[in-house]
Amino acid sequence: MNATTAEQASAPVTEDALRSVLLAGERPSSPGPVLTSLTFGWRALLKIKHVPEQLVDVTMFPIMFTLMFTYLFGGALAGSTQEYLQFLLPGILVQANVMITMNTGITLNTDIQKGVFDRFRSLPVWRPSPLVGALLGDLVRYSIGSAIVITLGLVLGFRPEGGAVGVVLSVVLLLVFSFCLSWLWTMLSLILRTPNSVAGVSMMVMFPLTFVSNIFVDPKTMPGWMQAVVEVNPITHLATVVRGLMHGSVPAGEIGWVLVSSVLLVAVFGPITMVLYRNKK
Amino acid sequence: MGKFAIETRGLKKSFGTTHAVAGVDLAVSAGGVYGVLGPNGAGKTTTIRMLATLLRPDAGEAQVLGYDVVRDAQAVRSRVGLTGQFASVDEDLTGVENLLLLARLLGYSRRRGRQRATDLLDAFGLAEAADRQVKKYSGGMHRRIDIAASLVVTPELIFLDEPTTGLDPRSRNQVWEIVRGMVAEGTTVLLTTQYLDEADQLADRIAVIDHGKVIAEGSSGELKASVGAGSLHVRLRAPEQRAEAERVLAGVLEVPAEPSADPAALSARISDPERVARALAELFRSGIDVTEFALGQPSLDEVFLTLTGHAAEETPEEDAA
Ligand SMILES: Nc1ncnc2c1ncn2[C@@H]1O[C@H](COP(=O)(O)OP(=O)(O)O)[C@@H](O)[C@H]1O
Ligand SMILES: [Mg+2]
Repeated sequence: MNATTAEQASAPVTEDALRSVLLAGERPSSPGPVLTSLTFGWRALLKIKHVPEQLVDVTMFPIMFTLMFTYLFGGALAGSTQEYLQFLLPGILVQANVMITMNTGITLNTDIQKGVFDRFRSLPVWRPSPLVGALLGDLVRYSIGSAIVITLGLVLGFRPEGGAVGVVLSVVLLLVFSFCLSWLWTMLSLILRTPNSVAGVSMMVMFPLTFVSNIFVDPKTMPGWMQAVVEVNPITHLATVVRGLMHGSVPAGEIGWVLVSSVLLVAVFGPITMVLYRNKK
Repeated sequence: MGKFAIETRGLKKSFGTTHAVAGVDLAVSAGGVYGVLGPNGAGKTTTIRMLATLLRPDAGEAQVLGYDVVRDAQAVRSRVGLTGQFASVDEDLTGVENLLLLARLLGYSRRRGRQRATDLLDAFGLAEAADRQVKKYSGGMHRRIDIAASLVVTPELIFLDEPTTGLDPRSRNQVWEIVRGMVAEGTTVLLTTQYLDEADQLADRIAVIDHGKVIAEGSSGELKASVGAGSLHVRLRAPEQRAEAERVLAGVLEVPAEPSADPAALSARISDPERVARALAELFRSGIDVTEFALGQPSLDEVFLTLTGHAAEETPEEDAA
């Protein structure tokens, strides 16, 4: 495509057209926080439409992990791959979602590097709406990631005893937790300078968080101190809940744990993020 | 609203040990173009970002359209448009999607917003590129969509940060036309530039800033007058007579004459226009053939040099030193 040719062909700016467009501008009343957040969510969806490559982490990553762990370690860890899949799949679902949340920070940091972030901050809208909107758009990514993992699981022989209701409930809970965890990455992206450093730091947090948990193996075989770490890791509780719901039990206490940690994540990182956002240089 | 569209007193902002803005006082009347002229790193962007409520000043105060930029930030935001120095729309989205996004955020209904986006694209000569991703636009088109994005709701005041830096002359002229059109409709424009001729062409008043401080302020005529009445430019038939001519001119005008880039030309500042005739007569008497002469107002380049002791368009490295 030759942009220069197109420009030559395009009509020059005419004074009359400019005048009428300036005079015609209306001054509608400002929309509320829900509408502006949803509008920023729409922007996130448009970006997925125009840059579908960005869904690689959502699609390839969970597929790779499910296949690798099931067939590499399944036999050794649980006696058979089929049996291990029943244990692993809910865990992979958790890991996939938690990994996808990292993308939030990387995307936001890219916006900051460009001037578009300044434009959004100079608009008379509810200040958190660009951030909330981006997180709402991410819910679509989590849903896509979850659908892929569950479909793949079903094809490979995963049979959730909790049925459709259990599966849907666990996905809803995952979305809630992921939305809340994203505020951590949002905060990081306002502190770190480049998208690469955001990705680097996120990885350093992510790997221990997902591996030192009960996602892949039952912690019973771990040394005591490690079990203690696994026990306080919120990802462990999330995996326990998702596993329970999918297989037909309702671990009420654990659900409470997950909801409380979700609220805490937003209560701590939300306000810090907003202060950083307001004072961003 | 007070008398001024923008009024600042002692505005300051530092980044670590860099005093990006070191006490700026501005008084910008409503209507017309106000130019902020300064080299790279002078503090233009930092000043604009404070005025547009994106940065909190360390000290001093600023009122924009009568509202304090810190206390009434939201009131300022709803009345001004900002076109930043760098890409200020989402390059992944198409032109029409960008404008529709902003229209929706500013309260337009979906239908009216789409209409507004189309009208703006038409007015800015971007109708054909409406459905193309902005990252595929040429530099000039990109700048026009950046400006159009600030006009979704016609602002009372618009900030344009270096709107023509890096543009080819044709695109630069288009931006100038847009600026003149906005002013004709009553919008106040504050624009920053590194180009002296741009400030000269567009701005009613100019603040020259350097190292975070306003070092001169006035209309371009006033700024020029402040460095003297102008200069006499003379072109000789024989370049080898230039040294002799320099001596003659310096004698009559009582200021040093400067050789120009053209080997046959020279110029001298003049404080008293009456001496010009005498100087020319003296050249004739000394047997020096003059093929051309002109009495020029000083250029803004000279103004800048006089005010700052260094040229305006130097490289950032030199500036940092
Ligand atoms: N976010 C920032 N962090 C650190 N230094 C900055 C930042 N923004 C600007 N500066 C510094 O402040 C000075 C003024 O910059 P700026 O306002 O961008 O100048 P201009 O727009 O006139 O080129 C420069 O020395 C620049 O390096
Ligand atoms: Mg700048």
